[in-house]
Amino acid sequence: MFNNLRRFIDKIKPNFTEGGKFPWLKSTFEAFETFAFTPNRVTKRGCHVRDAVDLKRAMIVVVIALAPAMLFGMWNIGYQTSLHASDWPYELGTAASWWYCLWFGFLRMLPMLAVSYIVGLGIEFTFAQIRHHEVNEGFLVTGFLIPMIVPVTTPLWQLALATAFAVIIGKEVFGGTGMNFLNPALVARAFLFFAYPTRMSGDSVWIAADLWGTDAISSATPLAELAAGIRPSASALDLLIGTIPGSTCETSVIAILLGVIILLLTGIASWRIMLSVILGGGLMGLFFNLLSTLNLPQLSTLNSQLSTYLQLPFYYHYLMGGFMFGAVFMATDPVTAAQTNVGKWIYGLLIGIFAVMLRVLNPAYPEGMMLSILLMNCFAPLIDHCVVARNIKKRQKRALVQQKSTKP
Amino acid sequence: MANLKKLIIEPLRKTNPVTALVLGICSCLAVTAQLKPALVMGASVTVVTALSNFIISLLRKGIPNRIRIIVQLVVVATLVILIDQFLKAFAYDVSKQLSVYVGLIITNCIIMGRLEAFALSHGPWESFLDGLGNGLGYCLILVIVAFFRELLGSGTLLGFQVFPQSFYEAGYQNNGLMILPPMALIVVGIIIWIQRTRNPEMQENNQN
Repeated sequence: MFNNLRRFIDKIKPNFTEGGKFPWLKSTFEAFETFAFTPNRVTKRGCHVRDAVDLKRAMIVVVIALAPAMLFGMWNIGYQTSLHASDWPYELGTAASWWYCLWFGFLRMLPMLAVSYIVGLGIEFTFAQIRHHEVNEGFLVTGFLIPMIVPVTTPLWQLALATAFAVIIGKEVFGGTGMNFLNPALVARAFLFFAYPTRMSGDSVWIAADLWGTDAISSATPLAELAAGIRPSASALDLLIGTIPGSTCETSVIAILLGVIILLLTGIASWRIMLSVILGGGLMGLFFNLLSTLNLPQLSTLNSQLSTYLQLPFYYHYLMGGFMFGAVFMATDPVTAAQTNVGKWIYGLLIGIFAVMLRVLNPAYPEGMMLSILLMNCFAPLIDHCVVARNIKKRQKRALVQQKSTKP
Repeated sequence: MANLKKLIIEPLRKTNPVTALVLGICSCLAVTAQLKPALVMGASVTVVTALSNFIISLLRKGIPNRIRIIVQLVVVATLVILIDQFLKAFAYDVSKQLSVYVGLIITNCIIMGRLEAFALSHGPWESFLDGLGNGLGYCLILVIVAFFRELLGSGTLLGFQVFPQSFYEAGYQNNGLMILPPMALIVVGIIIWIQRTRNPEMQENNQN
């Protein structure tokens, strides 16, 4: 089968070279050829890293790592609907209902994935063609991520618009994959959040109910409950497993941890960033717990709903909303994160700190993770610059001392 | 004559004060959420730039070099106060909508820029045309930005509803991001992008 494919590709190849029928589709052809087979060309000049893991293979590993969260997310879409829909076709708790939940969620996710990929890849191919670049696979993961971090009821045209905005303004303007300074998937989410706030927050967007023609079902996420000053109604165990309303695929911490194992074993994502984000969030959570024990009167004047949030055990922050998903799949994006090892620690710690701070202190933005990662994306180059400059200074100093000591 | 015509035409295109010189960006963000205030703002800035260019050019030989900025500011401030009073008298609602931004025309970089770069070294008539051209160039960008922001952000143009109600019933929503100031910056950026792609000679060569 592979031989046949190879022969077919070789047969149609002349059409796309200079002088062929479709020379303007060269980039598109190459993209599919290298997608199917490892390219056989050899670089002729300069130093290159030789590694079996090229960009395409690295991207595929991330997609595999995302798969558990995606599968759980599909099931959870169905599960949340089954809890609220009056005419769910199967009895709750049975195996049939369980499988139907998965199927239901799959049918909801499929159009979203299709829209995200068609729009995003369409734009990427067009830009590559115009600029005579090779099409690269930067969008493989982004296209997978975008439907995973939005509410399930997001209209498809809004998703398409957000994807187009993220790819054009978030990436292509700066020169395409590898040149962007903001995580494109988060740009898409931020676009939706600010452009269509009623579709991205509130209590009526988390359950896919419209297939039955009923009105939107109201169901608050734990973060929304806390912003209103109520302790989350779901238990810590529910939060850990992820059977709670929320963005499509980011509710389950366990499914995300399965992805973490894959990412860490293959060494694709940085453990320093993951760990430091978690540390930063925990530290800030503990700090708020400490604040609540002090009973400062100024705090209650700041925000009357604050006290519930301050008393919340710090580990709840990991379990709610997109904290873990962001820490594992968003903050570790190798293009937009800090590059130096020390820089990664600073970058991650600040993401965690800002995420929890935004959640607790600003009820207008219940999910601080998205904004804090985007903010630190902006600062990552500065952090790297400072780390490198400090290192150079330190070494210069050492060299000077050595020079002095070796002088007679 | 062709030269004089160029003074008005060029700032609308390749030497546009907003897209080529990137001046006057601040007010571009502030007043472009709707078309009407943007039009009024653009017209006001055009009048101030043209007249201040004209007056400073008349005075240019008598102004001592060391205090020229103060003299320029006095002239510009006088004109801005006149515009402000005029708007308050004849277009009160728009003047309220623009609030401090009419007064802040005095700090618009385009005005000082044209005074320093052009009026101090050219005759009154040429300076007047240059001010007019640059003011119109600014006005043009303001109107383009405001057109898209009002159309997509509020679904209206000059206050009239553009999208029929059936659109909204079918699920269309106004884009709230368009109302927020950052989007003005992004729209200006897109205009600059398109302009530079169409005029490759405007791109700096930074392959050094």
